[in-house]
Amino acid sequence: MQTEFLIQIKDLKASIDNKEILKGLNLEVKPGEIHAIMGPNGSGKSTLANVLTGREIATVTAGTVTFEGKNLLEMSPEERAREGIFLSFQYPIEIPGVSMVNFMKTAINEQRKHRGLEPLSASEFLRQMREKKELVEIDSALTNRSVNEGFSGGEKKKNEIFQMAMLEPRLALLDETDSGLDIDALRIVANGVNKIRRPDTSVIVITHYQRLLDYIVPDYVHVLYDGRIVRSGGPELALTLEERGYDWIKKEADVSEETWTTDQK
Amino acid sequence: MDYRPEVTGRLTELWEGRETGILKDSPEIYNRYRTEAFSEFLRLGIPDRKNEAYKYTNLEKSFGHRYEQYFSPKPGDFREAERFHCEVEDLDVWNMVLLNGFFPRGDEGLAMLPGGIWVGSMKAAARQFPSLVEKHYNKYAQNENDGLVPLNTALATDGLFLYAPKNTVNTKPIQIVNLLHSTQDIFAQDRNLVVVEDGAQMSLLVCDHAISPQHYLTNTVTEVYVGRNARFEIIRVQNQHNDSGKITHTFIHQERDSFASSNNITLHGGLVRNATWHRLNGENAETHSYGLFLADKHQHIANFVKVDHAAPNCNSTQLFKGVLDENASGAFNGRIMVHKDAQKTNAFQSSNSIIMSDTARMDTKPQLEIYADDVKCSHGATVGQLDENALFYLRSRGIDAREAKLMLMFGFAHDVIKNIPIEALRERIDNLVLQRLRGELSRCASCAIQCN
Ligand SMILES: Nc1ncnc2c1ncn2[C@@H]1O[C@H](COP(=O)(O)OP(=O)(O)O)[C@@H](O)[C@H]1O
Ligand SMILES: [Mg+2]
Repeated sequence: MQTEFLIQIKDLKASIDNKEILKGLNLEVKPGEIHAIMGPNGSGKSTLANVLTGREIATVTAGTVTFEGKNLLEMSPEERAREGIFLSFQYPIEIPGVSMVNFMKTAINEQRKHRGLEPLSASEFLRQMREKKELVEIDSALTNRSVNEGFSGGEKKKNEIFQMAMLEPRLALLDETDSGLDIDALRIVANGVNKIRRPDTSVIVITHYQRLLDYIVPDYVHVLYDGRIVRSGGPELALTLEERGYDWIKKEADVSEETWTTDQK
Repeated sequence: MDYRPEVTGRLTELWEGRETGILKDSPEIYNRYRTEAFSEFLRLGIPDRKNEAYKYTNLEKSFGHRYEQYFSPKPGDFREAERFHCEVEDLDVWNMVLLNGFFPRGDEGLAMLPGGIWVGSMKAAARQFPSLVEKHYNKYAQNENDGLVPLNTALATDGLFLYAPKNTVNTKPIQIVNLLHSTQDIFAQDRNLVVVEDGAQMSLLVCDHAISPQHYLTNTVTEVYVGRNARFEIIRVQNQHNDSGKITHTFIHQERDSFASSNNITLHGGLVRNATWHRLNGENAETHSYGLFLADKHQHIANFVKVDHAAPNCNSTQLFKGVLDENASGAFNGRIMVHKDAQKTNAFQSSNSIIMSDTARMDTKPQLEIYADDVKCSHGATVGQLDENALFYLRSRGIDAREAKLMLMFGFAHDVIKNIPIEALRERIDNLVLQRLRGELSRCASCAIQCN
């Protein structure tokens, strides 16, 4: 059965060390849509990104995630990536001794193999590297180094978007890609994302500031608080949050939780 | 039960037959040290684990084996060595083949390579350069610490001699392929001397290959003199089999403004112990000791390093890495000694290992003895698994878990490999290490001979 959603998350619950972090999360994203997930620190945004990409820090205890009609939670991290899921890490990892070139070549060719394509020729690969580097204005010398090794905070974030450009995902999760960037770098990164996107590429932008959303304009904004999406709206919700902060959301959510638990009794 | 008295007995028999054996065609320059060395060997014995430097290394399996032949190859054996030819395509080197540590054309005299470097057997060296040999032979080897060094001094009959006279520069690296080949189980000892005089440069690559499946044990002593402003590089590639034991003792003595580096790449071997001694004897000298090993099955790989800072303003590094799988074990014992007058010393040491199984084991023991006050010394050791976060990062880009692990292990190893100063060799080693990590048989593709 074809579904109109690219990804459909239903009643997702996940725990870390038996502590419930995601407490029944629902989200549906159609091809081409941009969703922003905002929320205070510690509300579970990165945990959601981890669960969607298969990082085993959190354990899924309930719910389903369907990606293009397939059960995402059954797949290994590499299978998810080959199916088209990409995470721009909040904290990109340094990998000494593994060169950027070798890393990207292996990643692209594994993905191509998955799609039944031949490996890229060396010249085509280098051409793509060059082209995508320009897109995010990443210093050429960086790609001659080991993965993220000795990169500044901003360079690491650019490198994430560079990888996104190389891998051309169906769904990109950007986890606080804006943090640690000055305004110029922010613009470069955000415009990079816009240039990479094809009409059917979906993006989930995780951020707790509005400023990135000036560049990557969302179709929907959701507020994640204490493991649940407590409010959804259009781009104007991000502006409201910018003005009023998260406290009113917290209060509202805590009140409704109380009402809810009282109702249960 | 202690296996050692029986082995010592066998060696003593050999020693007692010296008049018609070892002493017979060996030059007096070497013979004069033998008696004292043998009694030193008897005093120290074959090292056991009570010896601090062998605490984690058990020699019993190698030394307890009953070898059919000791020390000298038979003339017929040399034919195999002559048939050998190295197939490294881009490796532009002067190539020589030794058999069980011996020069096939032992008595033919020394040859001079373009650029002016002399090469040949120790026997020929004693005839052709007696005063030079006399000046350097047995002057750097320490016979009083480890019984296996005087054992070599007492009983080794020949080996490799390399001599770079003042200001000579070898135009290409010198490659020594040391084949272990025999129809019998053998215990071989070779004794080597390298002299790099003031202002001279030498780059030396030594490849050890066991090419027949017999049990081997080699106990090698190499003395290296690096004169003022001279440069010496040695790279060892050890690719033997599970029934071979390889013990090396390398003594590098450096004068002022000199540079030396040692790189031990151990791809395979039942028991390997490399001891590298660096003595910085003059100001402003620099020395580097690198090592990489990959071990599985029941292999044991040990590296012992001692850097002796005897003069001020010298720099040293020790960087050793190992990947251990299955029941393999490894040991690193790294010592830094800074003498009282060696002010402004910079000494760095690092040992890192990755353990791939529950049964593999790695022991590290750094030892620092510092008697000067104005020095910078650092050391660090890690033993652990692959970094889970790095593994996930690679997988999150579509790289499968097996390949991602390989990439991480390779990256880990490359950190040492990148210090190999010969580019074609660096690429070759990268390749061999990859093959080895992939579990493909790591016969040295470069050497056209299958060893397993
Ligand atoms: N590796 C971890 N171990 C234990 N607790 C964790 C770990 N990662 C996150 N948490 C906890 O999970 C909750 C949600 O964290 P996270 O998903 O990182 O929030 P956000 O990204 O919204 O700031 C926090 O309470 C945090 O302390
Ligand atoms: Mg986060």
